[in-house]
Amino acid sequence: MKTLVLVEHDNASMNDATLAAVTAASQIGEVHLLVAGENCAAVGEQAAKVAGVGKVHVADDAAYGHMLPEAVAALVVDLMGHHDAFIAPATTNGKNIAPRVAALLDVMQISDILSVEGDKTFTRPIYAGNAIATVQSGDEKLVITVRGTAFDKAETEGGSGEIEAVSGGTGNGLSEFVSQDLAKSDRPELTSASVIVSGGRAFGSKESFHELLDPLADKLDAGVGASRAAVDAGYAPNDYQVGQTGKIVAPECYMAIGISGAIQHLAGMKDSKTIVAINKDEDAPIFQIADIGLVGDLFKIVPELTEKL
Amino acid sequence: MKALVPVKRVIDYNVKPRVKSDGSGVDLANVKMSMNPFDEISVEEAIRLKEAGKIEEIIAVSVGPAKAQETLRTALAMGADRAILIETDETVEPLAVAKLLQKVAEEEQPGLIILGKQAIDDDANQTGQMLAALMDRPQGTFANTVELDSDSVTVKREIDGGLETVKLQLPAIITTDLRLNEPRYASLPNIMKAKKKPLDTKTPADYGVNIAPRLTTTNVSEPPVRQAGEKVEDVDALVTKLKALGIA
Ligand SMILES: Cc1cc2nc3c(=O)[nH]c(=O)nc-3n(C[C@H](O)[C@H](O)[C@H](O)COP(=O)(O)OP(=O)(O)OC[C@H]3O[C@@H](n4cnc5c(N)ncnc54)[C@H](O)[C@@H]3O)c2cc1C
Ligand SMILES: Cc1cc2nc3c(=O)[nH]c(=O)nc-3n(C[C@H](O)[C@H](O)[C@H](O)COP(=O)(O)OP(=O)(O)OC[C@H]3O[C@@H](n4cnc5c(N)ncnc54)[C@H](O)[C@@H]3O)c2cc1C
Repeated sequence: MKTLVLVEHDNASMNDATLAAVTAASQIGEVHLLVAGENCAAVGEQAAKVAGVGKVHVADDAAYGHMLPEAVAALVVDLMGHHDAFIAPATTNGKNIAPRVAALLDVMQISDILSVEGDKTFTRPIYAGNAIATVQSGDEKLVITVRGTAFDKAETEGGSGEIEAVSGGTGNGLSEFVSQDLAKSDRPELTSASVIVSGGRAFGSKESFHELLDPLADKLDAGVGASRAAVDAGYAPNDYQVGQTGKIVAPECYMAIGISGAIQHLAGMKDSKTIVAINKDEDAPIFQIADIGLVGDLFKIVPELTEKL
Repeated sequence: MKALVPVKRVIDYNVKPRVKSDGSGVDLANVKMSMNPFDEISVEEAIRLKEAGKIEEIIAVSVGPAKAQETLRTALAMGADRAILIETDETVEPLAVAKLLQKVAEEEQPGLIILGKQAIDDDANQTGQMLAALMDRPQGTFANTVELDSDSVTVKREIDGGLETVKLQLPAIITTDLRLNEPRYASLPNIMKAKKKPLDTKTPADYGVNIAPRLTTTNVSEPPVRQAGEKVEDVDALVTKLKALGIA
């Protein structure tokens, strides 16, 4: 089986999320990559070095510069004549593009796979990860998104993929990119951070959220996450949200501070290796899954912890 | 301009789902069901656009069992004008839902179709994008802000690194994210009034759509359970533990 993996990138460098999708693809069949973008040759070269990849298709066109789904899906559909499976990381880009491809191919997509179980058979989480379904596709071609935390990352060196320029559909021209407002941060990205400190509603304000969590994150070289309640209240930007409907993370260590542990939050972090919970309520549900718990007031504990680390 | 708002009946978000012991699925017998929370946000957005004079009529549509009428009545009580139930007891996958919605859209000719970004039961996050593809129309997924004009809509989207703004020609498909708005509760008088609003019942066959599933679910199991660890006394003990684990 020949797979086509969507490379996640910003036209300059490849994003790590791609690497887990490559690993999943290698369990399904031959791995070919697609770099769709504008002035993205450097990404193609990076992608070609990923261990185990065959061809790297590079589609360099202004139409793909901002990964508009109408354009990229049209391109992918054209390339799928020669591939059996389209595989995208379950990033916001992957989630935006893959279902569009699936519908155009008349294929039922399998979202967010956790494992490859055999020919066209996969596991995936449903009900906020409270159940794991084993599903088998009856479609001729496959369209899949891959949960980044469920697969090891492919090595970024050692491959010698063959770069090939491709072109294809550019969509219906009915959508246009207007602007982007990306948070700039020197901190590790949530989906690749090895430590995450995450704050909840208990912080009470944007100021205390940052005054308390930023120094702790600096000490631990950690990414900063948040519960939905903290994001809704404006303490943290939307892309900090961890959970069923936010980001799915599985770092070496996840510290949930002033977070109660609603099932929607747990869905996004319960596969972390070590979970630390700090909460003033000793019965908070977060303690039921935490490896290390500390009951107390975060306003006292967090500064003390930062100082003593 | 008309707005079409697909709403799904799902397990209430406060309920902890239980997997059936025979591995056939999640036990939904006697479980509280509600409108998918993202769809409440969609209905709310449509109502606000109507209140702003930009939309004339809101049509709620649901694909599901007879009980999905309750979900549609909720949408009507919130402020939708009429409803369509496409009744079926079968499992309907996102691709089939999208095909049915495409047919409804062909009949109703809405300028805007507002769906939830994902349904909290199956978490597929597909239907809106699939519908947009089938209709060959633009999509604005994970909407944080929606500004509607007479022939276009500008959507600010929640993406991995922050926010992105796109402009789409109408008709367009939008999927809602959590920060778009805070849905209202239906008032008692409006719940009473909703009982008199029109609700049409159709079947997938009326639209000539084959809804046979493409995927077979061979097993549904519980995820591995995480055990609670231990509680430490104070910050010093926590620091010791973290150091022992090599985290600090
Ligand atoms: C459709 C839908 C999708 C959702 N998706 C997500 C999602 O992706 N991610 C997510 O996180 N949530 C999500 N939620 C929301 C979720 O249900 C919870 O409401 C949310 O996670 C609660 O956030 P919290 O734990 O910060 O707040 P709360 O539940 O209010 O908890 C605050 C905690 O802080 C503790 N506390 C208070 N003061 C202190 C103090 N001084 N020191 C120490 N501890 C203190 C309290 O004991 C409490 O446990 C979703 C909900 C819906 C309906
Ligand atoms: C592998 C698998 C197993 C399944 N098992 C079962 C099962 O055991 N029991 C069962 O009852 N169903 C089952 N289903 C069906 C499933 O629950 C959903 O109805 C279907 O897959 C749609 O997925 P979703 O709602 O997550 O789509 P999403 O793409 O996440 O939904 C996004 C949005 O699309 C709209 N939408 C989606 N569905 C509808 C609808 N029916 N009516 C109106 N609007 C809608 C809503 O606006 C919603 O917010 C299964 C589906 C799959 C793929």
